[in-house]
Amino acid sequence: MEVIKDASAPIQSSADVVRVRQMVREWAVGLGFSLVDQTKMVTAASELARNAYEHGGGGTVRLESINNASRRGLRLTFSDQGAGIADVEQALKDGFTTGSGLGLGLGGAKRLVNDFAIDSTPGQGTRVTIVRWRSA
Amino acid sequence: MDRIPILKMGRFLLVTIQVDMHDEMAMTLQEDLTSRIVTDRAQGVLIDISSLEIVDSFIGRMIGNIAGMARLLDAETVLVGMRPAVAITLVELGMSLAGVRTALNVDKGMLMLQHAQREKSA
Repeated sequence: MEVIKDASAPIQSSADVVRVRQMVREWAVGLGFSLVDQTKMVTAASELARNAYEHGGGGTVRLESINNASRRGLRLTFSDQGAGIADVEQALKDGFTTGSGLGLGLGGAKRLVNDFAIDSTPGQGTRVTIVRWRSA
Repeated sequence: MDRIPILKMGRFLLVTIQVDMHDEMAMTLQEDLTSRIVTDRAQGVLIDISSLEIVDSFIGRMIGNIAGMARLLDAETVLVGMRPAVAITLVELGMSLAGVRTALNVDKGMLMLQHAQREKSA
């Protein structure tokens, strides 16, 4: 796997969540994603950025344009130093929420991408990595 | 701009969301709209999202809330102009906005509201 381009952005306010959406859109367009693929990736990014801001007490996102042997993709890594998630499996279920939402954020974001990984330590924070590959 | 304008068109209210809203802006819209339904005695609300490039679970929930609150205040809500890519993404996200009436564009949405009103007064 080769990283062609990368950048980071803060997620400290709901205005930052909007900026993350706009950055992800630009990068997805730059990679030649179809409109539907762009929309899915931007929506997943919006859910995860909001999680980092609201539940993680703020964090950062790292954007990477990546290449493997046959395809190009966009990898996003959301990190926060918040309370972490005690039961990741439960948090991925639709309808599970500790906030005021419907609890679609984490599980929904997972369905919108090709690869999804989550690493959370209670008391230390959460890191979520997603990848969407450009459709051939 | 941190407020979405609400236009009065006869007995209906029209909201055209043209900016990428942050969450507080969406909450403000929800509050503004419910107050306006009462002060303007509106019987219908048309929400045009044709400019929105994404609807995530937060905005989706806000739209569902507006429709529910409007119903309690005796007003119908019609959501119009959703882009196809947004519809695909919303359903995959797990949000089908089951309680919200939709129409393809503002004209059709307006007809729907007028029709609903005629049925009510009949």
